[in-house]
Amino acid sequence: MSVEHHEGVHRHPAPTGFIRKYIFSVDHKVIGIQYIILALAAVLVGMIMSLLMRLNLSWPGTSWPILETLFPTGAPGGVMTPEFYLSLVTMHGTIMVFFVLTTAPQGGFGNYFLPIQIGAEDMAFPTLNMLSFWVTLVGFIVILLAIVVEGNQGIGEWFGTNLGPSFAGGSGTAGPIGGWTGYAPLSALGKIAGPGQGAGMNLWVISIAIFCIGSLLGALNFITTLLNMRTKGMSLMRMPLTCWAWFTTAVLALLSFPVLLGGGILLLLDRIANTSFFIPSGLYVSGLLSGSNPNFPLHTGGSPILWQHLFWFFGHPEVYIAILPGMGATSHILATFARKPVFGYRAMVFAIFAIGLLGFFVWGHHMFISGMSPYSAIAFSVLTLSIGVPSAVKTFNWLGTLWGARIRFTTAMLFAIGFVSLFVAGGITGLILGQSSLDLPMHDTYIVPAHFHLVMGVASIFGMFAALYFWFPKMFGRFMSESIGRIHFWITFIGVYTIFVPMHIMGIVGMPRRYSSFTEYRFLDSLHPLVVLVTVAAIVTIAVQILFYFNVFWSMFKGKKAGDNPWEATTLEWNTTSPPPHDNFAGVLPTVYHGPYEFAVPGAPKDYVMQTDVSSEVPSGNGHNGNKH
Amino acid sequence: MATMVTSTRPVIQKGAGGSPGMPGPNGNGSKRRDPFRGPDSKGNRYRIGMWVGLASIAMMFTSLSSAYIVRSGSAADWLPLRIPRVMFASTALILLSSVTLEVARRKLKRSFAEAYSRYLLLTGVLGLAFLGSQLVAWRQLAGQGIYLSTHPHSSFFYLLTGAHALHLAGGLLAIGFLYLRSRPKLDKPGLATTRQATADAVSIYWHFMDGLWIYLFLLLFLWR
Repeated sequence: MSVEHHEGVHRHPAPTGFIRKYIFSVDHKVIGIQYIILALAAVLVGMIMSLLMRLNLSWPGTSWPILETLFPTGAPGGVMTPEFYLSLVTMHGTIMVFFVLTTAPQGGFGNYFLPIQIGAEDMAFPTLNMLSFWVTLVGFIVILLAIVVEGNQGIGEWFGTNLGPSFAGGSGTAGPIGGWTGYAPLSALGKIAGPGQGAGMNLWVISIAIFCIGSLLGALNFITTLLNMRTKGMSLMRMPLTCWAWFTTAVLALLSFPVLLGGGILLLLDRIANTSFFIPSGLYVSGLLSGSNPNFPLHTGGSPILWQHLFWFFGHPEVYIAILPGMGATSHILATFARKPVFGYRAMVFAIFAIGLLGFFVWGHHMFISGMSPYSAIAFSVLTLSIGVPSAVKTFNWLGTLWGARIRFTTAMLFAIGFVSLFVAGGITGLILGQSSLDLPMHDTYIVPAHFHLVMGVASIFGMFAALYFWFPKMFGRFMSESIGRIHFWITFIGVYTIFVPMHIMGIVGMPRRYSSFTEYRFLDSLHPLVVLVTVAAIVTIAVQILFYFNVFWSMFKGKKAGDNPWEATTLEWNTTSPPPHDNFAGVLPTVYHGPYEFAVPGAPKDYVMQTDVSSEVPSGNGHNGNKH
Repeated sequence: MATMVTSTRPVIQKGAGGSPGMPGPNGNGSKRRDPFRGPDSKGNRYRIGMWVGLASIAMMFTSLSSAYIVRSGSAADWLPLRIPRVMFASTALILLSSVTLEVARRKLKRSFAEAYSRYLLLTGVLGLAFLGSQLVAWRQLAGQGIYLSTHPHSSFFYLLTGAHALHLAGGLLAIGFLYLRSRPKLDKPGLATTRQATADAVSIYWHFMDGLWIYLFLLLFLWR
């Protein structure tokens, strides 16, 4: 293999001090790892919250003394209050969607690998990149503060004296309440609206606004880097599908986060400045009529539905922000371990774009029960179902890639195949929920969480597991343990199906979501064994993630050493050392001569052709000449 | 595993996917002139980044305007404000500042460093005057007892003009930065391309803020 050189660039010298190297680093690789660590921390918090919810659903009224120690107001006597449960729902959703599913796939892996895969020495704006991580981290700290402030009167009072009366005191529950969607008017009224609506809710809104800014800075950087910094020969159609996915994700983030930011500002003004953007006239809340009491000033004419529109205009693209990088990683990994080119590369690129584009026109399907015109509902339904077309293109192309292949079943490959499985299994109910007539009865039942957890939650996470097992050798120069990896995969794979398939059944029976327990609903009694089954599966699945955490940190230092290209892959990141040097290619940027997935090229000396290979040109013609089977 | 062939489809195709045969000077598959890293690449980076950033700013104001349109159409409590007179002065000031910035940018292109610096300063002063004039408008309204929460139109008025002023203040910082770098003693050699690119990027931003102000002015006082 020979590598041609051009434009050796050292824009910033490698830092030497610990702080500039590992903490306030402008190196996209360090920032990527920081994002992944942030996501690993956030997912732990979110996972523990889901465990607490499951425990309460299965065994309501049981006393868990440790809960009382941790949250004296949320669980007096160790028994979880319904308010505590609702704040768990809220914080689980918010933390998982924003700080896990948006940070790890894009900020983490995208940051680390996009510049390397297009042959650049760093992001276009390294300082901005650093800033986007630190802004995101501040957002995470603020959301953790939201729990503390809302649940703790003393800290709430401190906030009140130092930040003004609208931050005074929490409501004494465990955290903000409002779901990750924060629907108005509940979220817009402030403390008067009851538990979970105090100062912590302000911090919840502020945290999301901060997160928006961090994501926007990141998206700007991704797009500019990809457009401006591709190395010689790296035409758009030679980019790995991962890069296409990160690029589309960045475009979605760039156009959808500002809308949430705008909505968040309006919501915050409603909460702290007595405006009435989302608060309608004549509200009667907590025994008070709007305008009848100094604690509840007059509000007129606001539109709660307006918040839903602004939120979901962001919220729907957000689910693609979570899943697209997983799709990219899956395509990349399937091709590598199937030792075959991605089936229909061009179709895959257009499908990614089609999904991204259509994602902007379907937000109304989250609002079918908001009283919208049936004609709008039909339009949103048709557009929603049409996303099935590019999704099916991707699925069939993944299967086409696997078809007839001699697959190497590494852990990364298992997770990538698992991604395809979960995407199909979760996506299929999208066709049901996307139709307004079917969604009306099923809305706010368990089938909705079952659907979106499978298709955007767990599938995205599987994409990230696959990515981590696949790229770990590049990032740290060592393999993750394959034997632990396999145990991790199989238990997680069976576990998540055992958790989420029964939830579909519960939803069809009519079990409503967001309820802390179902002891008062006789018609749901027969489902209790299923509820317990789901909890047991959740406990097992969560337990095996401890194994995963162990694998990550143990392998970082003790894993089997990996070479530069341990998977015999083709793209540019495998063309440099493991881990790559500070400027990725030791001063000389590579030149690209090949498409990204040239596996099993007839006539080539090896079963893969790296993108930088000059020497392994196949004989001229269509590649059939000299074809030896 | 030299010839483990699992596909009989020709995987290397003509065109952008990479064509067989000798790679051209730009590598296979590039049909047009080299779109990759050239000497302009670093300068283009600032312009691309600025356009991309403006797309997100535009989306934020789009979301606020759609809220404005929905809110103004749905409510009986909509009491439109009269245009504060001083805002016509604001509009004139910001339009003028766009002109002076454009002159500055062209002076830089022709390497008239002194004139560039002078016109930058003038732009900065006009920008400050715009902010001052907006402040006067807010003070006048507050003097009449019209605050953020008084009624929906005043809420949107303060919000939209405030958000615009905040963005414009960012632009002023950038112009201050350009001005400091434009003085010969602080100029480092070899930064000509970067300097032109940053000047271009800042002027794109400034013109956008100018256009945005005209749009907000029309929205606030002509829509309803």
